[in-house]
Amino acid sequence: MTKVGSELRLDCNGAPIWLLLELTYKCPLKCAFCSNPTNLDDLDNELTTDEWKQVIRDAKNMGSMQIGFSGGEPTLRKDLEELVEEASNLGYYTNLITSGIGLTTKRLERLKKAGLRHIQLGMQSSESVTTHWLAGVDCFDKKIKIAKEIKRLGFPMVLNVPISKINIHLVPQIIELAAEIGVEYLELANVQYYNWALINRDQLMPTQEELIKAETQVIEARQRLGDKMTLFFVIPDYFEGRPKACMNGWGSIHLTVAPDGTVLPCSQARSMKHLNFPNVRNQDLSWIWHQSNEFNLYRGDSWMKEPCRSCSEKTTDFGGCRCQAFLLTGDASNTDPACSKSPHHSLITDAVQQAKITMNTSLIAREAGWVDLGVNS
Amino acid sequence: MNTKSCITNTCFFNIHESFMFRWEPSQDAFVIMYPEGIVKLNQTAGEILSYCDGKNTISDIVMHLAKKFNANEDFILEKVNDFLEVSHDKGWIRITS
Repeated sequence: MTKVGSELRLDCNGAPIWLLLELTYKCPLKCAFCSNPTNLDDLDNELTTDEWKQVIRDAKNMGSMQIGFSGGEPTLRKDLEELVEEASNLGYYTNLITSGIGLTTKRLERLKKAGLRHIQLGMQSSESVTTHWLAGVDCFDKKIKIAKEIKRLGFPMVLNVPISKINIHLVPQIIELAAEIGVEYLELANVQYYNWALINRDQLMPTQEELIKAETQVIEARQRLGDKMTLFFVIPDYFEGRPKACMNGWGSIHLTVAPDGTVLPCSQARSMKHLNFPNVRNQDLSWIWHQSNEFNLYRGDSWMKEPCRSCSEKTTDFGGCRCQAFLLTGDASNTDPACSKSPHHSLITDAVQQAKITMNTSLIAREAGWVDLGVNS
Repeated sequence: MNTKSCITNTCFFNIHESFMFRWEPSQDAFVIMYPEGIVKLNQTAGEILSYCDGKNTISDIVMHLAKKFNANEDFILEKVNDFLEVSHDKGWIRITS
């Protein structure tokens, strides 16, 4: 996902400068585009407060600087403030990635005191009907209220709105709403198709025409709003012909720790069932990052096949996303099929076409107990 | 954004509260961090920002740096001015008075 500032290429000396803690997979919302695993029932064994603190300290010693507290909904963890304080005291730039549900004025004040620097609030839409539709829960009014409270308390704030066929026609209204709340950054994040979003892909993916129209509206708004708000909108990889430089490369700068302590090169990597990702409960975090087979498997470019191997763009996009290559082609070392040079690129163009002719807009909500019957594969 | 006109030699600066500026030992450099982003600063840039603590004017910063690097003040002044303008445009620093 394109994030604020992610266009920067850092010389990171091989350090995991970005640490993402998925404190829990639990969430009060049921978003149909959720990137959490679909087998939520199997992943209940969350790390304790002390175990999380150890992760925070270990990663700091390895050179982590940015920390994201995410989920699920991280505010469901009662020890969130304690963990933020630990990270803040160590000198991390602390980011909270939240749906806002579970936040109160009191908790925001406590988080501020704990040293929280920034909040990314996820929203679904500019109005309540589509919000309810996408989130599976009636939560629009509550989100607006908490957004205003976040601003009142002086937190820098990114509003993150995943964009899909369901809400793309509301882009101008979403921009308007963000400006009214007074956020510094609005990220119109085109939904990426992993996990729940992949299940719902036909119903969620907008058409090329809709994307171009939205892009025009964003450009117009940028000119109108000037410096007041920074707007992010990137045409998704399914439509670009070139893959995204996912995670700046596998095991390059990003480290995710899942609720149960499983360590991943990105949140989606868990969908690679052929890999057995290490766990902080069994192994040292530094060993996992530097030495483990899973983190070295797709590091650098020696794993690449053609057309990546001889491609002049391999140092720009690193062959795209390993998870997407695995999910769509069955082999993670294949070129990301989002690339038009990929022999599997028709998987992408077919999906775009399939979504275009899909009139059914009923979504499968993210919920525990869901069983994949294979009807969507 | 054109803020050129508002920076003068008598301005004081500090780091904007949305940004975190500090020394990062693992990078052997000063870094500036903001929502979901990091910039690793080169030595000169880091030195200049480290004096943006609300207590130094441009003239003070130039004086400190000239002494530290044993360099010509006029040469340094131009560099400091340019970098503070960039930093102000990026929102990293604020003029406090």
